This record gives sequence, C-alpha cells and structure tokens, in this order.
Amino acid sequence: MSTEARGLTRQQMCDRLAMEFADGWIVNLGVGIPTLCSNFDFGERQVIFHSENGVIGYGPLAPRGAEDPHLTNAGAQHVTLNPGAAIIHHADAFAMIRSGRIDATVLGAYEVAQNGDFANWRMLGQKGGGIGGAMDLAVGARHVFIVMEHTTRDNRPRLVKSCALPLTAPGVVTLVATNFGLFEPTGEGFLLREIAAGIELAEVRTTVGAELIAPPDLRPIRLRAS
Amino acid sequence: MAVASRSKVVASFDEAVRDIPDGATIAFAGFADIGMPANLIRALAKQGAKDLICVSNRTGGADVPPETADIGLLTERGQVRKVICAFTAPTRRSQKLRFARYHEAGLVEAEICPQGTLAERLRAAGAGIPAFYTPTAVGTELAEGKEIREFNGRKYLLEYALPVDYAFIRAYRADAFGNLQYRRSQRNFNPIMAMAAKTVLAEVEEEILPVGAIDPDQIHTPGVFVHRMVKVPPPPEGLWPHIDRLPRK
Repeated sequence: MSTEARGLTRQQMCDRLAMEFADGWIVNLGVGIPTLCSNFDFGERQVIFHSENGVIGYGPLAPRGAEDPHLTNAGAQHVTLNPGAAIIHHADAFAMIRSGRIDATVLGAYEVAQNGDFANWRMLGQKGGGIGGAMDLAVGARHVFIVMEHTTRDNRPRLVKSCALPLTAPGVVTLVATNFGLFEPTGEGFLLREIAAGIELAEVRTTVGAELIAPPDLRPIRLRAS
Repeated sequence: MAVASRSKVVASFDEAVRDIPDGATIAFAGFADIGMPANLIRALAKQGAKDLICVSNRTGGADVPPETADIGLLTERGQVRKVICAFTAPTRRSQKLRFARYHEAGLVEAEICPQGTLAERLRAAGAGIPAFYTPTAVGTELAEGKEIREFNGRKYLLEYALPVDYAFIRAYRADAFGNLQYRRSQRNFNPIMAMAAKTVLAEVEEEILPVGAIDPDQIHTPGVFVHRMVKVPPPPEGLWPHIDRLPRK
C-alpha cells in the first residue's frame, strides 16, 4: 500500500514547519509544496517572505482577476505585496541569500540523508537538471527545512543513510516534515520528533532507510503554535 | 544640452536584431515570463543566426504552445549551440520541455549553473570583476574540477564572470536615451544582463518618452548601457507573455 496521502496532508506538513518560524524571520519558500507554508496563520508573528526574483515582503496569493501581471514569487504564483515590500534585482536577491540574511528556507527534495545531505535537482536517469536557486539557498539560509512525501511513488525510502542522487548541498538539513512525521537528521540516523496521527511507529521504522531514533515519550504531531 | 541628441529607438524588432552574427553569446532576461524579451527572440528566430550561446534562467517554458518565442524555439530552429542556465531539464517527469529533446539527443550542449551563481557571474562581468569565490555548490558534482579555497574556515568555489555579446531585455518604461524602469518582479535579471553585455537590445512596454522625462532617481538601468529599443505593439502584433500567462477570468 502506498504511503502517499496517509498521515499528514501537504498543508499540515507545511504548517508544522511554518510553526518553527520565529517573529521577524525572513523566509524563502521553494517551488511546489513549500509555498503552502505561507498559508499558515502566524498570528502576531511577523514573517517576511523573500523570493529569488527580487521580491521582499510578498503577501497572500492575489484573488483571481486581480493578479498583477508583473508580479510573481519565484514559484511563478501571482502574489500580492504586503505594506513595506521592496523590489530588488536577481543578483541582490542572491546576495541576501549568500550573506546570511535568510533565516529559513523550506525546500522540496527527492532524498535526505542522515548527515543532513539532500538531493533535489536531478532525477534518476535524467540528463541535465533543475537547480534554480536551491544550491544557493541550501548554503546561505540559516535553517534548511525539507518538506516531502515520506516515500517515493514505488515505496522506496526518501530518508536514507546516504543520497544516491547528486547532492544539492552536503550536511545542511536540520528538519524534515513528511506525511509520517517530523524528523531531524542527527548524523547517526533520524530522530523522530513527532509522529502523524494514524501512523504506527513500526511502519515509520520500515519506511525509513536509515537508523530511526524514537524517543520513549514520542509525541503526536503539533499543528498549532502553543 | 540634452544628454542624448540621437534617439536609440529603432523601428522594428527585425531591424534591432539584424546584425547579430553566428556564434554570438546572448543573455535573455526574464523570470516566469515576466520581463522576458519575447518579441526580440521571435525576431532572432526569423533572422536565423546560428551557433548561439544562450544565457538565461531556463531553457524555455514547459508544455508551451508550438510557436512560443523562447530558447526552445531557437533550439528547434537549429540556432543554438549551447545554453548556460539554472534549469536545463523539466522539473517534473510529466513536463515536456522543447529544449530537453535536443539536449538528450546530444544536439545541443548545456552548462547548468546555480541561479545565484549565474546572477553573480553576470553581475561580476558588468562590474569589471573577472572571478569570485562563492560557497554555493561546494561538495556537489558541480564543484568537480573547480578551484576551492578556504576563507575563515569555510570552503568556497572559484567562479568566473560571464560577459555576453548581447543582452535581450524587456522594460516597462523608457526615455529615448534608453533610461529604463522595470515594474515589480519584471526587474529580475534585466539590470545585470544589461550591464554584462557589449550591446543591449530592449523591448519596452509603454510609449517611449522624450529624453529626461524619467526622474534620474527613478531609473533602474541607465541609458548609457542601452543601445537599441523597440516599443512592443499591442497584441496580437506584439507578444505579451506575462499577460497571456494570467489565469482566464
């Protein structure tokens, strides 16, 4: 049975990572699933979204029919600008990334290894690839979070001992949300920090391709900041 | 005396690209269809220059209609020798990328370059900096064969500036001297590609204003970098890809 569409929804996976963003953080969200992090209700916390195409401080998606044709985020979504937003060019957007101004990035991945390596730019057997801004974000952001389906479509683990695919960056990932839970690469394995409702620990063990470290007081996933 | 006595406005896109020779290195601006010089690209496809080296964020759109004016079209016309891009393959297995077919068949070369490194290589070229060290791609297969140097205990890769013969750019507003303004995320690669190029061709969305009509403090690319400009005609004669991509109301 496929592990996809069990446990957390994509929005819940992103909500769990978005809970980690602290007040005042500047955050860059990768294309695809990570963009859902901006739907999280941050309450009183101010989180500033940065995108590689030079938009600092974008807001929610524009309502249909009210899109600004000259404005998207790096995921090509028609967003809005929050008050106080600013526009810069591409080299300056990446200057911000490499110089450590980005507090967190959330990226998708094909594989994450127990030492924090990850791979997200070339699929198996592919010629060429799609790096985009991922390699710059991976070395520049203070926190690199990954959100991805727990296993591949043919049920192979994505949390692995070492990556088989070419790396995006070595040793940078600090937290991974999958539909099965929240994981932290420790070097020796993956620490299961929280587990999704309806998923048994035994099943997590058999679907992680590395040592799984489960604390005795394993907690269910938290989905609201407290 | 005005800064410019002669206008840089040319009558057509065909005229703007007429002298581009075989073997030219051309930077194409734009990101997600915004700030993309589609009219200049279409004119270049018609002009037929070959053996081109194309520098851009991506090699064209995925799953696009057949005549879409991007690097995919130039590739299909047999005009491209090599691309230098941050994306050289589809990012999903279901996607069809025109360029990828030719790349997989070994008919065109591709140099993949992280987007921030690509931007900085262009910026360096426009800033008189021949090379620089970046932490990006250290420890990946892209670092193979490149010089690594340690600064303050951290490893960095040597990357070289990427000067280009031509930049094709797209601006929102211009005066006749070529002072340019972009709008919102249209800015993207446009200013740095303009500075990295020997010759800059700009397509402009609004009516081109008299010299001096734009406040000097509000200029994003100074006219000294810009050589030829063409006003984009309204559709269907002119191409407006960022309007076409909007969801249908």
